[in-house]
Amino acid sequence: MIELENVSHSYGGSELLCDMSLNLAPASFHFLTGPSGAGKTTFLKICYAELHPSHGAVRLFGADLAGLDRDGVARMRRRIGVVHQDCGFLDHLPLRENITLPLLAAGRDVAAEDRNMAELLNWVGLTQRADALPPQLSGGERQRAALARAVILSPDVILADEPTGNVDWEMSLRILQLLIELNRMGKAIVIATHDMNLIRAAKTQVAARVLRIQDRRLYLAGADL
Amino acid sequence: MKALLTPLGRIAALLASDPEASRVVPPTGFAARLTLFTAATMAFLAVFALALALASGRLADRWADALARTATVRISAPPGQMGTQTEAVLRILRTTPGIASARAMSDIEQRRLLEPWFSPDLPVETLPLPRLIEVTETRAGTDAEALRLRLAVEAPGAVFDDHTRWRQPLVRAAGRLRLLGWTAVLLIGASMAAMIALASNAALAANAQVIGVLRLVGARDIFIARAFVRRFTRRTLEGAAIGTLAGMGVVALLPGDGPDGFLTGLGFSGAQWIVPLLLPVLAGAIGFAATRWTAMRMLRRIT
Repeated sequence: MIELENVSHSYGGSELLCDMSLNLAPASFHFLTGPSGAGKTTFLKICYAELHPSHGAVRLFGADLAGLDRDGVARMRRRIGVVHQDCGFLDHLPLRENITLPLLAAGRDVAAEDRNMAELLNWVGLTQRADALPPQLSGGERQRAALARAVILSPDVILADEPTGNVDWEMSLRILQLLIELNRMGKAIVIATHDMNLIRAAKTQVAARVLRIQDRRLYLAGADL
Repeated sequence: MKALLTPLGRIAALLASDPEASRVVPPTGFAARLTLFTAATMAFLAVFALALALASGRLADRWADALARTATVRISAPPGQMGTQTEAVLRILRTTPGIASARAMSDIEQRRLLEPWFSPDLPVETLPLPRLIEVTETRAGTDAEALRLRLAVEAPGAVFDDHTRWRQPLVRAAGRLRLLGWTAVLLIGASMAAMIALASNAALAANAQVIGVLRLVGARDIFIARAFVRRFTRRTLEGAAIGTLAGMGVVALLPGDGPDGFLTGLGFSGAQWIVPLLLPVLAGAIGFAATRWTAMRMLRRIT
């Protein structure tokens, strides 16, 4: 679904990522680890085409990123749900409208999706908070809302960048549980995190591969996890 | 006409489109208020420029029409021959095609014409003044050269003056004033476009986070641009409507259209009052085009 072939990325003359290759299969589950500043976020941005690599090829659902126009990239992004650590909400819109943003952007009838929306809010446990503004939400609520927004278009892949970075352990496990449920529904999941306990907790339930970015390169992590 | 209606139709469709989509842009902001103010001010000024253009156009038409149909025959002859030559000229004029009427001005009328230059106290009757004959032509006009030839033969002291010499500069001056008015309207429109482009550019820059979020959820450039364009087009329309109505109100309070005066006639006449009502529509079109161009250009620069 997402293929990276010998991808390198440079910024301001210095190379941040070097010669990385990855083939993300359907229903796979990956953790992406590495020290702070290793390039985990940059790697994810390349995966959802916010950044274009300096070298190498990126294929999204079989289409070469280099051959896609801007609208084509936008359409591909609808097949990739992204959860950021800072969530990226529009603070002037209530939670319900933030979650339905992808529907609006895709030109879908938001009113017709009312039932799905109710199920989704119930799934992430935010039914009572639908009309709250993002600044009124706790860290855990924001992360779950971001996850709801990421999956509302039923994407094939979920990319989560430090989704448990701002929440306590209990909430981390709850968010992880939601991501595992999505994986069982057939979604490919990539979680960037430096929380080893979270990875260990996941590996008890799901066959997760762990990738590590170190010294600008991507490695498959060993059995120490 | 169809070419004009298509963009206007697009603007109307944009304004009538899903208002929920435009809510993705925060509702208030300095740039939005600036657009409202700019549109109002520019529309207010455009009303006056338009009034100038239309009033000078009316004046040019009036002068051209009035002067084109009047002429003067001046008879300079010894006192003994003045009566005979006047009669001869009047006879020629009555039989000349294209002459509607001709009449010799009385001494009193001629004296009144000279009063502004010589004051009422000057005994103008003692001066050897030529006799003036006021001629009105039909709409078709007369053959001035043929008439001059007849007068030269039958009344050698008569000179036919069809006012061409001084009518043309006046009409040309009024025409240039009209051109100046329309140029001012165009420049105001261009300034409005530039200011709205700057304001929308500032709004896009201030909403970089909003754009980032929309990109993240798969919004196409046109979706993002439309949210801003809808907001700015509406603000421009509202501002221009306010400015236009205020401008029309002030123009209506100006002194009325005098028979010959220009300054007293600066305004709209009859159906011309409809013309400034088109300014908000035009401003809306400018706002639409300026914001769309700016937004698409800026979005293309962002990955």
